[in-house]
Amino acid sequence: MQAGNLVLLLVALGAVFYFFGWRRSYAVSAPLGGVRHLHSLPGYYASLAAVWCVLPALALLGLWLIIDDAVIRTNLMASLPSSIQPANEVDYNLLLNQIRNVAGGALNPAFVPAEVVAAAEQLVAMQARNQQMMSIAFVSIAVLGGVWGWSRVQPRLRARQQVESVMKWMLMGSATVAILTTLGIVLSVLFESIRFFQKVSPVEFLFGLQWSPQIALRADQVGATGAFGAVPLFAGTLLISFIAMCVAVPVGLMSAIYLAEYAHRNVRAWAKPILEILAGVPTVVYGFFAALTVAPAIRGFGESMGLTVASESALAAGLVMGIMIIPFISSLADDVITAVPRAMRDGSLALGATQSETIKRVVIPAALPGIMGGILLAVSRAIGETMIVVMAAGLAANLTANPLEAVTTITVQIVTLLVGDQEFDSAKTLAAFALGLMLFIVTLGLNVIALKIVKKYREQYE
Amino acid sequence: MSKTTEQVRKSLKARYSSEKRFRAFGITAVAFGLLAVVVLFTDIISKGTSAFVETYIQLEIHWDPEELGIDDPTDPDQINVADYDALIKAALRERFPEVEGRLDRRALYQLVSSGAGFKLRDQLAANLDLLGTTQTQWLLADDDVDIFIKADVEDRQSKRLPEVARPWVEALERDGQTDIQWNASFFSHGDSREPEQAGVWAAVTGSFFTMLVTLALAFPIGVAAAVYLEEFAPKNRFTDFIEVNINNLAAVPSIIFGLLGLAIFINLFGLPRSVPLVGGLVLTLMTLPTIIISARASIKSVPPSIREAALGMGASRMQMVMHHVLPLAMPGMLTGAIIGMAQALGETAPLLMIGMVAFIVDIPGGPLDASTVLPVQIYLWADSPEASFVALTSAAIMVLLAFLITMNTLAVLLRKRLERRW
Repeated sequence: MQAGNLVLLLVALGAVFYFFGWRRSYAVSAPLGGVRHLHSLPGYYASLAAVWCVLPALALLGLWLIIDDAVIRTNLMASLPSSIQPANEVDYNLLLNQIRNVAGGALNPAFVPAEVVAAAEQLVAMQARNQQMMSIAFVSIAVLGGVWGWSRVQPRLRARQQVESVMKWMLMGSATVAILTTLGIVLSVLFESIRFFQKVSPVEFLFGLQWSPQIALRADQVGATGAFGAVPLFAGTLLISFIAMCVAVPVGLMSAIYLAEYAHRNVRAWAKPILEILAGVPTVVYGFFAALTVAPAIRGFGESMGLTVASESALAAGLVMGIMIIPFISSLADDVITAVPRAMRDGSLALGATQSETIKRVVIPAALPGIMGGILLAVSRAIGETMIVVMAAGLAANLTANPLEAVTTITVQIVTLLVGDQEFDSAKTLAAFALGLMLFIVTLGLNVIALKIVKKYREQYE
Repeated sequence: MSKTTEQVRKSLKARYSSEKRFRAFGITAVAFGLLAVVVLFTDIISKGTSAFVETYIQLEIHWDPEELGIDDPTDPDQINVADYDALIKAALRERFPEVEGRLDRRALYQLVSSGAGFKLRDQLAANLDLLGTTQTQWLLADDDVDIFIKADVEDRQSKRLPEVARPWVEALERDGQTDIQWNASFFSHGDSREPEQAGVWAAVTGSFFTMLVTLALAFPIGVAAAVYLEEFAPKNRFTDFIEVNINNLAAVPSIIFGLLGLAIFINLFGLPRSVPLVGGLVLTLMTLPTIIISARASIKSVPPSIREAALGMGASRMQMVMHHVLPLAMPGMLTGAIIGMAQALGETAPLLMIGMVAFIVDIPGGPLDASTVLPVQIYLWADSPEASFVALTSAAIMVLLAFLITMNTLAVLLRKRLERRW
């Protein structure tokens, strides 16, 4: 049976043992004079029986699925006749793939040696046997566990404590998913990056000025190794983020100040949600808007002024990214501005300062750490933003500071290198993971600093 | 008057004008933001509305068994493979007998969409009596004709329809043989290379299955994690570490989650590419921090007196949480979950990494079928060179935004209706 069906079966079995646990708890309490003589409510005994049925079986299934592939592979390869035993690792993988393809029907058996066909048949048989054994083991563990749990139902059994401790462990397990995710991210980008840096030196990657990650069709082709100097990508990312910040910081900050300090309550009640719509629009929509509306408009305008503008200019992508980030900055700034105590404003106004002087000399300096934290978070957003730049920025790695030219960014290159079929040994594919590592480190650094600043600031006024 | 008062009075004018300037900056900033919203939406709506209707051409179809190559109408195979395009070509030749020459004829045949034959096939399969009769039919027009017809008369020069075909289309239009009808196929078809036949339904179902996986995983895990952190976790290094992780994950760029999915789920665990299951797993990890953070906030908002009352009546901590805190915090948690889901629904970048960019024609039937999702479909269409795909892309964006607006409205309503103020 398939793993999915087994899980469904397990749910049914769990329900059955819940029912029997329930029945037994009533049965064992009847001679004593009713359920009030049990240690726990009947539901806890029932749950305990179900837990004993479900959890061990699930654990077994998980373990089985992790190791069965490797066991089958080792057994299969060991049983091959010596005439086709592979000599090295590359041959080993090739042969294994061949056998798998024949077994899966993707490769016509007529095209491969008879030994391989035999091995494929053996593989199919082994897989069928494996499935069978797995199903049998799974169901018997589930039933045995259930029966054990059921047989333990006794009036003195502390069922509630046991069920609750299982639940508590499950809650804790859910909380650790966050740690596992971080670990998964770090390990996945780190391992592939290490493999990349074995092929390309980190110095070249970090300081090289040439980025052209083509893979060669022939080994002796000119520039076969490709060039992996990521400086143009870093520069492009920074350029676009800088343009975005030039739009988002003044607009976001000023609108937050206006809405918090000047605007009538009704205006605020309308304008704030409308501005926040911008935060809810998917980035792919911004990408479309940038590529099909803003970029041609900028190009047309630039050309009417006699400037040459690339059709995928950094300006278009940066501008639209800035619009995307406006609500992010304005809502963070709004939080910190409204957190500045009323008394500070009143003090300044009472001394005769105008409202704008109060804002500029008192409120903003007081809110500055929080605002800086917000801006740093926004920068990290801009650096990691993908769809806008994929759709509106270029692919060519130009090292330029001219916003009218096309530049490319880290995220664009990750997408270009990884979309489509890949081979996991080429430096080209691995380069995407090295770029991902850089992106992760930079955004993580920015976030940690920003969160620290924001937290410190909050403590100041609370 | 003292010297200071004099000085202050002199500076007043400058100070007041600076005040005015500052205020004007503020108004400009707010106006810029609002303008961006308006421009964005009008741009998309003005580009997209035309894709909700499409052009049909009226032709006299003569159901000629010979032309179709059917000699035995009872044989379903023959009905299936019959040459329906020949019927359409014959009808076009009949309508425009003056068209001669191979190249012109080919241009003529291209007036009608290449998918129109399937409509005829379905009709014939449903009603075999049609064979040998003549019938007026509305057939789907090609996208070039569609754009030409929809355009204003003065704009038509710039459209892509071949020069030679323009008088024919204009003749059809004059005789009332063109019609603009509701584009039903947009909501029932998958992707297609032909813009007039492409639809969002495959992407919508793909999104649905992806969201289903995400919701089924992210909501229980997120709530459980929030409950643990708020109600059970001891104050120690481990708990702090979890919190730091959650806060940082909330700000990790989404594309990094795509790299994680590619390296762990696909390469390490060997799960298939392009399936909603893997997409859902990746989006789960991505939305978990959002859900955990909002769930914690709503658990925090349940007053301690409720907890104390439950504990005082003899409930265990777990009973207190399950019977009292969770039900009271549920509306807030649901609101957070809906907002997290809306975020996940609009996400594109991580799904590109795990291969959900495939060209999907068939409607996926479950979370293990290769599929694409709505935002990725938008990305794919936005990259297509044909002009008609611009309208389709905008229309797909409108569909996506409609879903997002519905979800967010739902969240707001839920918060208003159910959230309790203590």
